[in-house]
Amino acid sequence: MATPLYLTKNFKNPAAASYDGYVAGGGYAGLKKALSMAPADIIEEVKKANLRGRGGAGFPAGVKWGFLPKTDGPKYMCVNADEGEPGTFKDGPLMELDPHQMLEGIAIACYALDIHTAYVYIRGEFYKAYRAVENAIDECYAKGIFGKGMMGSSFALECRPHPGAGAYICGEETGLISSLEGKKGFPKLKPPFPAIKGLFGKPTIVNNVETLACVPHIMTLGAEAWAALGCEKNGGTKLYCVSGQISRPGLYELPHSVTLKELLYDHCGGPLPGRTIKAVIPGGSSAKILKAPDEIDVRMDFDSLGKAGSMLGSAAVIVMDDSTSLVRALDNLLRFYAHESCGQCTPCREGTRWISKLIHDIADGRGESGDLDKILDILTNMVGNTICVLADAAAFPAESFIKKFRPEFEEYVRRGKRMSITGWKEEAPVIGAGAH
Amino acid sequence: MPKITVNGKEIEAPAGTNLIQAARLAGAEVPHFCYHPGLSVAGNCRMCLVEIEKAPKLQIACNTAVAEGMVVLTESDKVKKARQGVMEFLLLNHPIDCPICDCAGECYLQDYYMAHDRNPSRFPLGKNKKEKAQDIGPHVMLDKERCVLCSRCVRFTDEISKTHELGIFGRGSTEEIGLAEGTRLDNDYSGNVVDLCPVGALTDKDFRFKSRPWFLKETETVCGGCAQGCNIVLNTNTNPYNKVGDKRAYRIYPRENAEVNQFWICDEGRYSYKAFDENRKESAGLSGAAVTLDFALERMAAGLKKAMDQGKEGVAFLLSPQMTNEELWAWKWLAESLGVTQVAFGDDIRRSGKADGYLMKADKNPNSRGAQDQGISGPAQAMLDRASSGGLKALICIDHELQDAAVVSGKLEFFGGIFSHSTPTERAAHVSLSRAVYAEQQGSFTNMHGRAQRVNKAMEPLGDSKTGWELAFLIGQRFGLAAPAADAAEIFRHIACYKGIAEEGHGSLGKLGLSAVQGAV
Repeated sequence: MATPLYLTKNFKNPAAASYDGYVAGGGYAGLKKALSMAPADIIEEVKKANLRGRGGAGFPAGVKWGFLPKTDGPKYMCVNADEGEPGTFKDGPLMELDPHQMLEGIAIACYALDIHTAYVYIRGEFYKAYRAVENAIDECYAKGIFGKGMMGSSFALECRPHPGAGAYICGEETGLISSLEGKKGFPKLKPPFPAIKGLFGKPTIVNNVETLACVPHIMTLGAEAWAALGCEKNGGTKLYCVSGQISRPGLYELPHSVTLKELLYDHCGGPLPGRTIKAVIPGGSSAKILKAPDEIDVRMDFDSLGKAGSMLGSAAVIVMDDSTSLVRALDNLLRFYAHESCGQCTPCREGTRWISKLIHDIADGRGESGDLDKILDILTNMVGNTICVLADAAAFPAESFIKKFRPEFEEYVRRGKRMSITGWKEEAPVIGAGAH
Repeated sequence: MPKITVNGKEIEAPAGTNLIQAARLAGAEVPHFCYHPGLSVAGNCRMCLVEIEKAPKLQIACNTAVAEGMVVLTESDKVKKARQGVMEFLLLNHPIDCPICDCAGECYLQDYYMAHDRNPSRFPLGKNKKEKAQDIGPHVMLDKERCVLCSRCVRFTDEISKTHELGIFGRGSTEEIGLAEGTRLDNDYSGNVVDLCPVGALTDKDFRFKSRPWFLKETETVCGGCAQGCNIVLNTNTNPYNKVGDKRAYRIYPRENAEVNQFWICDEGRYSYKAFDENRKESAGLSGAAVTLDFALERMAAGLKKAMDQGKEGVAFLLSPQMTNEELWAWKWLAESLGVTQVAFGDDIRRSGKADGYLMKADKNPNSRGAQDQGISGPAQAMLDRASSGGLKALICIDHELQDAAVVSGKLEFFGGIFSHSTPTERAAHVSLSRAVYAEQQGSFTNMHGRAQRVNKAMEPLGDSKTGWELAFLIGQRFGLAAPAADAAEIFRHIACYKGIAEEGHGSLGKLGLSAVQGAV
């Protein structure tokens, strides 16, 4: 590809996982530059670079940093490395293959925000990534990046990795904070937002791994150059995780300005031989599904996908072709949300399980007429009525699947048991996600 | 104070007030399960969602403070739909076993279903099965199926009792309340979680299957268990058709009083009602044998008279800090009228017990402060020493358990007793009268901080029992003294140290007496 690589440039260089290898490739130059700047200027630079939070919400990172009060008391940086959105596989490789890139980002961010303690909350299943980050942190202490006196300056930073225990909800920033505090991973009420009252009740910034990995490049390239890599309001390159029924699935670093169609057809080689793409989830399982081919000519940035009625989220592109039963795919998705609902808020605790049961029954040929409308009505009682957005994350795909592919769902309801015996095969072979 | 508009009505609410409280000021009730004014805000039940102008989503009223110019709708279509949704979600896995649930009749789910839902179930599938009757502590049973996971009980054990026994375990719709490993809900305030529970998930072993709440009479009164004077509601039932055996009092639960007990009561006080009728003295006695009240009064007056004739310094009254202010005043009146000078209430021999720096106080009497306020001097041991060494001719002892009752009784010419319960001292008395317990009388107690609080009559005195002041007046009558008052309220007006309160009235939360206001005592 002609696209220059930044975030993934070290992925094929195993030596870069070590401090020396990283430095040999130009690493920690960004930090060095940052340390020569005034902290406020760094924040301004990140704002100008149009860096959007890459955990899923796409909130401008510089603006978020600006919310942190400039008080003297303890403040914390929490790195959200609890990558759990189905279909997403970018933070794991970033930590496993190039941990120093993230750590450099942490160091720059903490210096800019006058934070002296950072925690990296790593998903429990990411054993290799955890070991890589742990080693890299040890190296940083040995090489004078962390500890007292960052790179010979008077700035002190403590950094600790923390393994999660495998709950999706701990990837929600306040759930992560609860978990890090040693409590059950229940999201907290907002307001107060973490920037005001976060970890241990102190001002806290929670940033995604990829967001922080971008920061060193903003420092070395300069804000304008970084912003120019993307499109308006969405600076830089972006990692896209493409999976599903596509010729070349994988992790792609591309400018924000790429369209979904280009991504699928030009970069990923289009559908599998003899198949046609039926639908695409553009941003992790929580995003609304897009119908192919009508809806996929959309730019893969936060704002364009928002306008298209979906979201970029974690940029996990899940491709489903004509062999997929969307009823069964949705059944699989909803089982995930019912399992991962933390159970704190009533609508999510009960609603996710209920719609999962209903869809499962439809997929198993026990659906009844009226079930689809019932599900759509239940969804309206879930969306926006809970502390965090897990209920919305379950409701959005359910709503979009049913609304956009209603005939297929109705077919399952109409044919009932016969459908479950013969399956979707009568029309096309079933290779659906979560096929039984 | 910020001005806000609730359902079109403009009100002013103090800054920091949340929208549940603010809506009440405007006469609107916002339904809620997890919110409790005495606990931190959890915001998880989502029942109190309200519409706020300019807010993109519905907001929970419990976690939203009033702000100048806020326009709140608590009954809009959007709000109603959300509420109905939450009710439906809550009832999805609820067993709806109201016919066998003790909470039926005082259950939030029932009330809110009628007020905000009234729709048939759309959930034909199997409900989650959870543990139905788990014994989680000496006083409390847990039914996990009925639980709506509001977390009030968990927050209570974290924030109020600070004992941390309860927690939420699991996740999603199989989540449940449970005990932390190796613990039981065994603390001095455990019963409060039953009151806190908005549904029938936590029930009181003591009250389980005893009565439907709607059969019970509620009396607002004050706990007589210690000097703290926690405000309570006493539930009684004397209807022969639906009560259990001879049981009259059924339960005590706390009443909000920010100055005394906030929303809570200790378990000792909660179960103190059992003592009302336990081992009760129902009739007058002569050396332990039952006699009529008239006969006993006659003998008591005669005994006193005989002793007084030999010199009034040989006669003593030992009053009790268990007595109401009115009873104390009446006995003080009797002593003054008869010329008896030795009157004590026994702060050195009174009941004492566990104290914990919160609600439980070492002085297990409700009215020691009241006796002090009225100037009844304390020590009784000297009086008893004189009695056991033959220095006294007659002693009337009211509700005190004496260590050497037989010795005292043997040395005295006349030993009169006034007791609410049958005890060794009562049986050692030559003549004994039965006294009504505080739940059987109107009156007042003054708590240790000088707050005079009204005690209301919840049930009729048992058998021949009479209030202490009635007995004092009846004895006075035998000496030709006219009763100085007709009822407890009139007596209260006579008590000098509570003069201001008598004129203004106690209110339901009590008022500080002169001694507390002036910082005396």
